[in-house]
Amino acid sequence: MSRDTAIRTQGLTKYFGRFEAVSDLSLDVREGDVYGFLGANGSGKTTTVRMLLGLVLATSGEIEVLGRPMPRSGREVLPHVGSMIEGPAAYAHLSGRANLTLFDAMAPRSRRTGRKDRVEETLDRVGLGGVDERPVKNYSLGMRQRLGLAAALLRKPRLLVLDEPTNGLDPQGIRDIRALLLELNADGTTVFVSSHLLAEIEQLCTRVGVLDRGRMVVQEELAVLRAPTGRILLGTPDPDAAIAQLDRLGRSVEQHDGRRLAVRAADAAELNAELVRAGIGVDELSVERRSLEDVVLAATSAGNDTFARPPRAVQDAS
Amino acid sequence: MIRVELSKLLRSRRTWTTIALIDALPTLVGVLLAVTDLGPRPGEGPAFLSAVLTDGTLFPLAALAIVLPLFLPIAVSVTAGEAIAGEAAAGTLRYVLVRPVGRLRLLVAKLVAAMAFVVLTVLVVAATAYVVGVALLGDQSVQVVGSTSVSGTSLSTPELVGRTFLALGYAMLCMLGVAAIALFLSTVASSSLGAALGTMSIFVGSSLLLTLDASEAIRDYLPTRYWLAFVDLFRDPILWRDLQAGVILQVAYVAVFFAAAWANFATKDVTD
Ligand SMILES: Nc1ncnc2c1ncn2[C@@H]1O[C@H](COP(=O)(O)OP(=O)(O)OP(=O)(O)O)[C@@H](O)[C@H]1O
Ligand SMILES: [Mg+2]
Repeated sequence: MSRDTAIRTQGLTKYFGRFEAVSDLSLDVREGDVYGFLGANGSGKTTTVRMLLGLVLATSGEIEVLGRPMPRSGREVLPHVGSMIEGPAAYAHLSGRANLTLFDAMAPRSRRTGRKDRVEETLDRVGLGGVDERPVKNYSLGMRQRLGLAAALLRKPRLLVLDEPTNGLDPQGIRDIRALLLELNADGTTVFVSSHLLAEIEQLCTRVGVLDRGRMVVQEELAVLRAPTGRILLGTPDPDAAIAQLDRLGRSVEQHDGRRLAVRAADAAELNAELVRAGIGVDELSVERRSLEDVVLAATSAGNDTFARPPRAVQDAS
Repeated sequence: MIRVELSKLLRSRRTWTTIALIDALPTLVGVLLAVTDLGPRPGEGPAFLSAVLTDGTLFPLAALAIVLPLFLPIAVSVTAGEAIAGEAAAGTLRYVLVRPVGRLRLLVAKLVAAMAFVVLTVLVVAATAYVVGVALLGDQSVQVVGSTSVSGTSLSTPELVGRTFLALGYAMLCMLGVAAIALFLSTVASSSLGAALGTMSIFVGSSLLLTLDASEAIRDYLPTRYWLAFVDLFRDPILWRDLQAGVILQVAYVAVFFAAAWANFATKDVTD
């Protein structure tokens, strides 16, 4: 079943002067996705997000957001899009409430009725419901971040475009945001989130795009990227006996690090049974999956790879 | 969006501080005049100032003549210079644009807010000056009925009120010209300070050029050329020539600089 596309770009390219910040980018985000947009510092994530929202004009290429061309249809599209771009911003001398009220009033065809409720409800959502009337300039970094998110959520958007939404948050804050985004997604909101925190994306996203120096190098379902590598990781108190036994069984031990082994095998239960039958204890057992980190590093950093990794993983990533 | 900008203007403490500071000078002048009773001789010093010693109700006009050449345009430069550059520096510009607020709509709202600031300032200055004038300065008009025009003849009160409103309108148009220049520079400069200083240097430079015989060829096109022409409204009969030229010139400045602001901002990459 193919869902409607939430964001699609074709050949999206942006030059700043003669510097090519984004190059021939083809994004494909479907409705209902939690899409992780990964890339190192300076790889062009923010520039891409700005182009999606009509803030930066593409040098060439096409953008479609919620089925309409951007930036031409910004007036129709943007009311359904909530966004946070490179950190939150607010009018510093006003309170968080006053800021949300102003932002709500700015939107085209925004009604005054229910504005107060909208603002309070959104503050509750991001955990700022009990905040007093202190001006935003006295907010902590985390409070600003939450307020920025509140501004994005104000109009119950169908699509959230968030550029590094957890920047500067403590672990609890990051968990809160993650839980909130998953909850919104469960209610049908498409989430597009850029980050350079791989672990973050790994826990949140269903689909991943990886940007490297302005080019998309990977775009795939997370489940596919994280497919088993065909190896089983096991821990044993008696590694030498285990290696001898596995040799006898014709299994190849590909890595040996103290009491932990990596064995090429498809079925963990079968491997376990074989060892236990030979009287060798197994106290750890898991199917090896490529981490997102492996995938990203393989795709982006030729020659800058300090992580031991089987060569096959490199092939799969491209 | 216009309503949002106005609400921001009215809620900003800086707006009121600026207005209070602008208001302080004519008030000080009024108090000094009342205490010393030493007015400038007719035809010298700021317009109308010689008249207020005999008729305090003329002091609002004198107060305007005091703030118009320098204080008000500086305040307008700062306010309108902040319009785009200030939002960009605070990071709020991107969030305003994705609401979405159309770029043209934003420019218009900013210009309207700058004009609202002018109106507010002028009203406060005029009201304070009226109170100061009536309370402290001459009250001979009570017996004479009617006031003296710059040309020496007498003006009836309704006439005076009508001409005062015309003068206010004219002064505001001049400030709209300043605001349009500042707005344009605000879309170009990356800091609001730059935009404000740029605008100030334009009208200070223009005032300086006006004093120079060598600039004869361009003087009729300088933005401050007809700023004080509103004095002509209080001649009898009204001297329309400079006023007309002034209106045409200011409208042209507003049109050109607003169009330039729009042309620049419409396709500008918002990257702050
Ligand atoms: N206005 C600009 N003028 C010139 N170059 C720019 C401009 N904005 C961005 N760039 C360049 O474009 C590249 C991509 O920048 P961008 O901000 O999109 O990166 P990013 O992926 O968001 O990085 P980060 O993770 O650090 O936020 C960078 O090399 C940056 O220097
Ligand atoms: Mg960025």
